Amino acid sequence: MAEPVEPADHSPGSLRIEGASDPARLTRQPAITFTFDGREVVGHPGESIAAALLAAGIRQLRSTRVDDRPRGLFCAIGTCFDCLVRVDGGRPVRACLTPVQPGVDLAPGDLAEGRP
Amino acid sequence: MTADVVVIGSGLVGACCAYELATAGLTVTVVDRGSLTSGTTASGEGNILVSDKGPGAELELARLSLARWAELDAELDDDMEFDPKGGVVVAVGDAEADGLRAFAAAQREVGITAEEVAGDALWELEPHLARDLAMGVHYPQDAQVQPVLASAALLRRARELGATVVPHAEVTAIGLAGDGRVASVTTSRGTFPTRWVVNACGPWSGEVSRLVGVDLPIAPRRGHILVTEPCEPLVHHKVYDAGYVGTLTADTDPGAVEVSTVVEATRAGTILLGSSREFVGYDRHSDGEVVRRIAQRAARLFPVLAGVRLMRTYVGFRPWLPDHLPAIGEDPDVPGFVQASGHEGAGIGLAPGTGVLVRDLITGRPPGLDPSPFRPDRPGLRAPAGIARG
Ligand SMILES: Cc1cc2nc3c(=O)[nH]c(=O)nc-3n(C[C@H](O)[C@H](O)[C@H](O)COP(=O)(O)OP(=O)(O)OC[C@H]3O[C@@H](n4cnc5c(N)ncnc54)[C@H](O)[C@@H]3O)c2cc1C
Ligand code: FES
Repeated sequence: MAEPVEPADHSPGSLRIEGASDPARLTRQPAITFTFDGREVVGHPGESIAAALLAAGIRQLRSTRVDDRPRGLFCAIGTCFDCLVRVDGGRPVRACLTPVQPGVDLAPGDLAEGRP
Repeated sequence: MTADVVVIGSGLVGACCAYELATAGLTVTVVDRGSLTSGTTASGEGNILVSDKGPGAELELARLSLARWAELDAELDDDMEFDPKGGVVVAVGDAEADGLRAFAAAQREVGITAEEVAGDALWELEPHLARDLAMGVHYPQDAQVQPVLASAALLRRARELGATVVPHAEVTAIGLAGDGRVASVTTSRGTFPTRWVVNACGPWSGEVSRLVGVDLPIAPRRGHILVTEPCEPLVHHKVYDAGYVGTLTADTDPGAVEVSTVVEATRAGTILLGSSREFVGYDRHSDGEVVRRIAQRAARLFPVLAGVRLMRTYVGFRPWLPDHLPAIGEDPDVPGFVQASGHEGAGIGLAPGTGVLVRDLITGRPPGLDPSPFRPDRPGLRAPAGIARG
């Protein structure tokens, strides 16, 4: 197992907005862990999968069928379907709309080619 | 410099004409009032069908075009997602099955491959089709292409061969010489002297025809397409229900919305679900009720689609002419003014053959196909009342 990715939550430059600079004044619940593509990631309950992965510095969520091009968070509101990931091996879901759960095993939402 | 030909419109029809003319060694200028290929070609599907055409002139143009499509795929460097995947037409009930069998038999008489498939064998072609369908016909000659990629590939190659391509140039006037022949095309980006003008403006060809006093009774026939999220491979062929062929020609009630089921997957993994046919002018709003009907009918053929999310919907405007044949040929009253429009729901499939006919006309070569059924002055081109014209 690779090193857990702990976002530098409390350091300047963290991707999570913290403390006084957070306009929403969030009270964050204790961290949870899950995996993405075999890598352990730390997130917080209430975050979308896409938000937790972005905060951990993970921007590529899948690759396209045609030419294997990178895709990640794009519209962030469920419209573009660029951010597909698989949760525990299921059908691809939109990472920007799906709340992260403790212990889930996430994989890129890549899709097979070929004939049905 | 006087061009040999100005092609107005950079949709797939204009792109095919420009490519064939440039390949024949003529100097060609393509002008479009919008971005390149931003009209109907960018808002339809990409089916290249023989399956939906009965014996007649349109089928012959489709065959010429199909042969040309395969050559273009080899000639052009760019990938246009050409895929000879074949089509499957299915009949839900026995009445539809009788109609489909008769239609396929007539097509076989003129040499189209149309293989009947029993209802309980359809899953071998399409594993996710409903198991209770009456029967189907497999059309291995049907193919698919990505129309915008195809237009771009053709225009790029035409440019390499010396053609000039000018986007954002709206045609506002067409100048005539003293003898009545076309002499120039005036656009928002300048005037282009020319010997020939090809009107490839799709549903807007009527407006451009009026610039030279010609009445082309063309109207926009709107269609909806639903786009699913990208999925694992679920649908392989182009699949549609036998009712589709009926809606192609049953349009005399201008107020009615025809809905039929057309299902095909794209290389990107999305599945396109069509389609509707209605006359509402250029109204770009999607109609929720039509979307619902298309989705329900698609899920009737492919129950697995009920669990697939829609990503978006869009509408496009087919260039409709009253007798369902394109107008291809020189206008008898305006020498040098060539019509190449009115392909309705088949302009992607029929564009290469149209380009060949226009090239043969302008270069004076013997035509590869009898062009007379497509004459722009044929008696069939009289618009019924009540259709919103373009
Ligand atoms: C929902 C739907 C599904 C379809 N599915 C299929 C299918 O599966 N297979 C198939 O074969 N066909 C299909 N079609 C039909 C096909 O898309 C059209 O027949 C085809 O795209 C017409 O191409 P065109 O080049 O004639 O017109 P367009 O692509 O509309 O091009 C016309 C161009 O002319 C330009 N123009 C207009 N006026 C001016 C002016 N004054 N000055 C300069 N430029 C101007 C426009 O900007 C435009 O770019 C479908 C259509 C729809 C709507
Ligand atoms: S980022 Fe667009 S749907 Fe998730």
